[in-house]
Amino acid sequence: MRDKVFYLLAAASAALLSWNLYKIFFVLGDEKDQGSIWRIFHFHVPSNILGMSGFIIGMVFSLIYLVNKNLRYDAIAAAITEVSLVFAAVGLVTGSIWARIIWGVWWAWDARLTSMLVCWLIFAGYLMLRRAIEEPIQRARLSAVVSVFGGIDVFIVWKSIEWWRTLHPGPVLTIRNGGGMPPGWQATMYWNLLALLCLAVMLVMVRMRQEGVAREIDSLRRMAHSY
Amino acid sequence: MNALEIEDVWKYYGDFPALREIKLHVTPGSTVALLGRNGAGKTTLLRIVAGLSKPSQGDVRILGADVRLESSRRRIGVLGHGISLYDELSATENLMLFARLYDLDNPRKRAHAWLERTGLERVRDGLVREFSRGMRQRLAVARAFLHEPELLLFDEPFTALDDRAIAVLQTLLSEAHSRGRTLIMSTHQLREALELATHVALIHRGQIAYAGERRQEMLDDAGWLYRTYGDN
Amino acid sequence: MAAFLRQSLIIAAKDLRSELRTKEALNASLAFSMVILVLFSFAFDPSSEQIQEFSGGLLWLVYSFAGALALNRSFAREMQNDCLDALIASPAPASALFVGKALANYGLLLAVELISLPVFGIFYGVHWTQRFWPLLLVMLLATWALTTIGTMFSALTVNLRLRELMLPTLVYPLMVPALMAAMTLTTDLLGGTPLNPENMIWLRVLVAFDFIFTALAVVFVDTVLVG
Repeated sequence: MRDKVFYLLAAASAALLSWNLYKIFFVLGDEKDQGSIWRIFHFHVPSNILGMSGFIIGMVFSLIYLVNKNLRYDAIAAAITEVSLVFAAVGLVTGSIWARIIWGVWWAWDARLTSMLVCWLIFAGYLMLRRAIEEPIQRARLSAVVSVFGGIDVFIVWKSIEWWRTLHPGPVLTIRNGGGMPPGWQATMYWNLLALLCLAVMLVMVRMRQEGVAREIDSLRRMAHSY
Repeated sequence: MNALEIEDVWKYYGDFPALREIKLHVTPGSTVALLGRNGAGKTTLLRIVAGLSKPSQGDVRILGADVRLESSRRRIGVLGHGISLYDELSATENLMLFARLYDLDNPRKRAHAWLERTGLERVRDGLVREFSRGMRQRLAVARAFLHEPELLLFDEPFTALDDRAIAVLQTLLSEAHSRGRTLIMSTHQLREALELATHVALIHRGQIAYAGERRQEMLDDAGWLYRTYGDN
Repeated sequence: MAAFLRQSLIIAAKDLRSELRTKEALNASLAFSMVILVLFSFAFDPSSEQIQEFSGGLLWLVYSFAGALALNRSFAREMQNDCLDALIASPAPASALFVGKALANYGLLLAVELISLPVFGIFYGVHWTQRFWPLLLVMLLATWALTTIGTMFSALTVNLRLRELMLPTLVYPLMVPALMAAMTLTTDLLGGTPLNPENMIWLRVLVAFDFIFTALAVVFVDTVLVG
């Protein structure tokens, strides 16, 4: 059952991605102000959406773990956070490339990108903490608390960086509204969001399986050492 | 009512059960020697009973009440591997700190009384940092007994102590025993433990392999218990 | 509630008493803050007028770096003789332990800050006295933010092998909103701008941050220390 879902998702994301790439490069034309670089939004925006919502969903699963102490939820939270970190990184890099072309600088301290970077650092800390703890239950417990602190901090970071930026106005053409994409072209972006979502779910499934196996190995090792 | 009831306690490290369906009832006034090899789960179990760690499953009750309740913790005295004293504070300050945390009346008087009983009255204002190893151990014993706990939990009490500290501890223990206090001590020093004990619990591979009264065979031949209920 | 407060104060008094006896953390953070203050003078022209524009930022970098030294040790000092076990086994709940330690750290950090503030004024010609009372309010609020996060994560990392490495990587990204608010407000106040409706929003960020994370820490500290 699980394998079937996995292959189905793989096929769906492969098909969707090829179709979307075809549309992005051959069907949709250049944008009038930005030229061809606007195409990067088809990956930038979905990656950010997935990364950000992944952090929040990871926090929810961490809370569930703290309530019922079932390590399965810890594995879900860890897998989702890790995959989200990758998508957030894609969002950051694509945003930076876009800024280089449009503004001439790699990093302009745009509000959304800055918030994203801070959140990325918070959850990178979460993953580093997980690596530093060997005992699975202690790891689950402590990293779940970090995830809750981080997830709640995300909201405060987001709000306050927005205020900070409104007080220090940045460039007019911001990355936040998709760089003023024509409404008809947004459909492709949402299709790409779906494609990347399939990919993300797939990766989460792979990571969860690894977490399960790693736990089994850990318990076997403990058994071997104790008896 | 039992002094201590451990009901179907499991403790997992990851998916590995370090303790499995531990069930142990201890009647008031008994002295239990908790035996087992290194890594069998003695310290893990004692930490759970002391409320320092939570069981993955099961209940621990002290005189009928859950161990993590404030009222239950007042009834426990713990002496672990470390001395649990502050080097930068004096002997009196250390004991007064714990007397205050346990909300005892007249902390200073109580601290001085216990310093006297452990033979530390002359250095009562000296910093713990300057104490010799034996003095620190006696002070640690005083800290564990300070609030006159009904249940004493000692993890390897005799391994680290010097002669004088052992003498102090033995006096205090026999006095506590005569006043009906309950003692649980983990140890692998069989002879000392067995001489003190009224009951014995053997943990083997995270399970209780034997729990019951101390028998004569155990005193005559210390290896008997392990051979009969353990592996070899 | 009265018992909770009493137990917190006992812990705080104990921490302050042993700290004042050795002055280890106090001396180290004071010396460190002086070092950073000197180092900053090489980073830019210390006599320029521009200093007003980022004085708040400098000051809070000094405070947060120097503060981390003291916060780092907060729970670590309990490990020396296994003191933490005795405290957890005592009737005082883990949350009282947290509040007590946080109060002691708060006093320590404020002392370091109040000593290095005039030094900062002398070195960089900053007029910190002209709006002292609002500045003190900002310091009180922002230092509590650093203290709660720092103390909580000191508890969280106390049993870890890589404690010294983990603490700063976890703590600083989480502190971003509080530091940003404190820096903005402090720059305004040092430059002579009073608290006004426009920068009031940062005061609210600080109050919200303090409340949210103090509440979270009190709720989760038992999970962190006991399980």
